[in-house]
Amino acid sequence: MTESPGSSASRVVTAPAPRVRAIRLRGLIRKEFLQVVRDPSSIAIAFFLPVLLLVLFGYGVSLNAKHVPLAVVAEKPDSLTAGLTASFRHSSFFDLSVYSTMSEAEQALRAHQVQAIVRLRENMAQAFTSQDGAPIQVIVNGSDANTARLILGYIQESIAIWLEHLERAGRVVLPIPVRIEPRIWFNPEVESRHFLVPGLIAVIMTLIGALLTALVMAREWERGTLEALMVTPVTIQEILLGKLLPYFLLGTGGLALSVAMAIWLFQVPFRGSFGVLAGTGALFLLVALGMGLLISVVARNQFIASQVAILATFLPAFILSGFIFDLKSMPAPIQVLTYGVAARYFVEILQTLFLAGTVWDLILPNAMTLVIMALLFLGLSRWKFRKRLD
Amino acid sequence: MWTRILALVKKELIALLKDRKSRTVIIVPPIVQLLVFGYAATYDLTHIPFALYLEDSGMWGRVLAEHISGSPHFDLVSTITRDAEIAPLLDRKRALMVIRIGPQFSRELSRAGATAIQVLVDGRNSNTALLALSYIRTIVQQFNAQWAASQGLPLPPARLDIRPWFNPNLDSQWFIVPGIVGLLTMVVTILVTALSVAREREQGTFEQLLVTPLRPVEILLGKTLPGFLIGLGEATLIIIVARWWFQVPLVGDLPGLYLGLTLFLLSGLGVGLMISSLAVTQQQGLLGAFVFLVPAIILSGFATPIANMPVVVQQLTLFNPMRYFMVILRGVFLEGLPREVLVTQCWPMGLIGIVTLCIAGWLFRHRLS
Repeated sequence: MTESPGSSASRVVTAPAPRVRAIRLRGLIRKEFLQVVRDPSSIAIAFFLPVLLLVLFGYGVSLNAKHVPLAVVAEKPDSLTAGLTASFRHSSFFDLSVYSTMSEAEQALRAHQVQAIVRLRENMAQAFTSQDGAPIQVIVNGSDANTARLILGYIQESIAIWLEHLERAGRVVLPIPVRIEPRIWFNPEVESRHFLVPGLIAVIMTLIGALLTALVMAREWERGTLEALMVTPVTIQEILLGKLLPYFLLGTGGLALSVAMAIWLFQVPFRGSFGVLAGTGALFLLVALGMGLLISVVARNQFIASQVAILATFLPAFILSGFIFDLKSMPAPIQVLTYGVAARYFVEILQTLFLAGTVWDLILPNAMTLVIMALLFLGLSRWKFRKRLD
Repeated sequence: MWTRILALVKKELIALLKDRKSRTVIIVPPIVQLLVFGYAATYDLTHIPFALYLEDSGMWGRVLAEHISGSPHFDLVSTITRDAEIAPLLDRKRALMVIRIGPQFSRELSRAGATAIQVLVDGRNSNTALLALSYIRTIVQQFNAQWAASQGLPLPPARLDIRPWFNPNLDSQWFIVPGIVGLLTMVVTILVTALSVAREREQGTFEQLLVTPLRPVEILLGKTLPGFLIGLGEATLIIIVARWWFQVPLVGDLPGLYLGLTLFLLSGLGVGLMISSLAVTQQQGLLGAFVFLVPAIILSGFATPIANMPVVVQQLTLFNPMRYFMVILRGVFLEGLPREVLVTQCWPMGLIGIVTLCIAGWLFRHRLS
């Protein structure tokens, strides 16, 4: 409509030359960038959010319990109980308090002052030398079952160290027919941060990708500027591409920053190839941005788009991605659901690239799924968008 | 005054629930997420895929292998015969662990009464690796006891007699499901409030509200009450599902739980309204919601214990209303929380609620430009 009548440019509407298309796209991208700069919350989402979250979680999230408050009740203190108490005291896993009666210790357990009680009974010394051996009662606060199991493991370890000590001193014979020699691959120090930080990058990028694009279309619908855009000769693809590219660049910056922090700040070993990381990272970003774009196109309203973004991105990526909870242990119907969570594929890729190396057999299927998901989300956005135009 | 507030509450409820899309968004996802996450969020391992590398031809090697394959926690995925087969299995995650019983196993056990097995574990998820190892340890201990008995040997001089309190089977669902009550309640309150003022600012209706005879306190009440009602209703629904669907015992008293819930809702609404009145656009409101929500969830003790965090981060969690409510929820559901613990968890939430609500009310008027 704006072109002068009779000029060849009027036919551009139906079959634009590549050069014209490039100019239009550049215009759209420029417009989007200006919007980003005017409301700096997008820049904050891309750069400030990953730094904040990685620092908080990288330092905050740990499954390695240390300094567990432990009560020992020695009902009749002697050299035997003193030896065991010393073994607990030397362990860095425990902060020890010694009680003389069970009721005091139980009081402390109820008031959350201690997590577990080790009870050494009066007749411990006699039972120790008998055929059956001495039972050592351990009461643990089982509310947090996972931590309770870890604590029980530490207690067992301390007792084993004490018994071996006694054996070396010749005070007991210790029949241990079969010992276990554990070899923990990829993460020999069993540092939980080394698996949590790569997973976190996937969770954070899910958030950022969706946050960046979830509102962009809805905002234009609400303000009526999208209709203004539609009467111009730009095509739907160009509008979507113009929305996607600037945020893709921002997201790439955020991803690069997160990886750099994981390697240099948190000292997570990186054993894979950076090329593969860059490729799969870009792919995942497309999926995350595509999801946000779809939310935006469908919701058409910033308020609802925001609510959907909060509900559909963070919690599923946190709980259903294998980032912290083991996928194979979930019931079958839930496992089926996890296949729809894009973060699960990227979590596996990241954990493998960081800790194990470039294992193609694992990376290829995950990357292929990401390709399919990217096409699905972007295709759906395109389709839903067209329907609205009619 | 109350008729004015009532009118405002009515308007807010209509704005939240008027169209089907936003009704669905507030009501359906929390219920679906409770059901899904209640089953998904567990640390217990049920199907550990393992490969058996049995080089021993004697009887005891086979007996131990049967002990492991027979356990409900372990699934045998492959039997291997060469060292070279180990790495591909672990690298590709076909197996979480490879159990290697060496060629001398039976002979050493019979002659010397002492031998070892090698357990190779994929440590990519260190928590899973440690748990799987502890399961194997339990099985080997049972085997040891059986073998010692068959040889007429004495039992070890000391053994553990384990009594977990509050959760006798150490079922991690009992720990996670009460946590989800707090998680979803927080998400819903933030969802309802974090964008409400920002939306009105963007549309210009908030300025109109300010020139009406309504005082800021009344606007504040009008904005808080609908969120409070919705949050209270959803939390109750979630508690019912946790108790009767997931069968988590509810041993403590309900008044204590609802006192905690009320204060928790107040603090969540306060934070949400504060974010909302700070934001100029809805995008900023959404960003603010995430900047608060994500750390609040991760640093609440929901999935990983606060006690494991560095001291600085632990002090940071004192500003997080969710950490207090987690203690109350788990306490009331599982332990029957003592009064004094309830009180120490309640007052910080009340304080956070009052402070954030005051700031939000003040910002209504003073953030106009």
